Amino acid sequence: MELLLFLITAVVALVGGVAMLVSRNAVHSALFLLLNFGAVAILYLLLRAPFLFVIQLSIYAGAIMVLFLFVVMLLGAERSEEERDRIAWQRPVAAGLAILLLIETAIIFVRSALGAQPAEIPPGVETFGAPQKIGEALFTTFLLPFQITGIILLVAIIGVVVLNQRERAQR
Amino acid sequence: MVPTSYYVLLSAILFTIGALGPLIRRNAIVLFMSVELMLNAANLALVAFARQQVNINGQVLVFFVISVAAAEVAVGLALLVAIFRTRRTTDVDEVSTLKG
Repeated sequence: MELLLFLITAVVALVGGVAMLVSRNAVHSALFLLLNFGAVAILYLLLRAPFLFVIQLSIYAGAIMVLFLFVVMLLGAERSEEERDRIAWQRPVAAGLAILLLIETAIIFVRSALGAQPAEIPPGVETFGAPQKIGEALFTTFLLPFQITGIILLVAIIGVVVLNQRERAQR
Repeated sequence: MVPTSYYVLLSAILFTIGALGPLIRRNAIVLFMSVELMLNAANLALVAFARQQVNINGQVLVFFVISVAAAEVAVGLALLVAIFRTRRTTDVDEVSTLKG
């Protein structure tokens, strides 16, 4: 049952990813990526990470994708781009290298000991991802990265404001 | 339970699809979206391993990756808007004045 859910969600995620890449219209790409983020959120839920499920939906799907859509509308970038390519052989080589990367990662991950399953389901797997546990970890073990992340967000806000200033009128 | 290697294989495929983005597409916004796809693929692998080891640290790391990705998207899109204001194009091949 869980395997069936995983397969359906994985197919939706892959379809969203490929369609985002292939779609000529930038707005369609953004909406397909939104579909992909939703599917990944469901996968987090299947992996016993309810807090990350909510965070993925509210921040990735809810804030970052809305920002992308705003910028696409602002720039009028939904027109399709021209077909000519500066380097003619770029796309076939890209496809070949991507397949090579995929085969390499598949061999490494599936065959190595990283993918080894424990013999039985380990105890505590159902509740280890509860928000309380994440809160405990964030405010005790990971307190310094937590504060630094706050500073990163502050710097990002300042950067965005500075980058979008209009030129000051000449005195 | 679904084996961890299935999730990691899915993460690898999504990462490859995201890695194809900058190679195939020239629209800067689709490029940013491919980078986000790659970040999501990595997050998925982290959460899968967190479940396998029953260790919360993988999920906390994903939390940090998501917040840093949000900051990066904001600054990246601000850069893109600033470039568009002067060059009137979102094609990354056109933005090449520093080329020797």
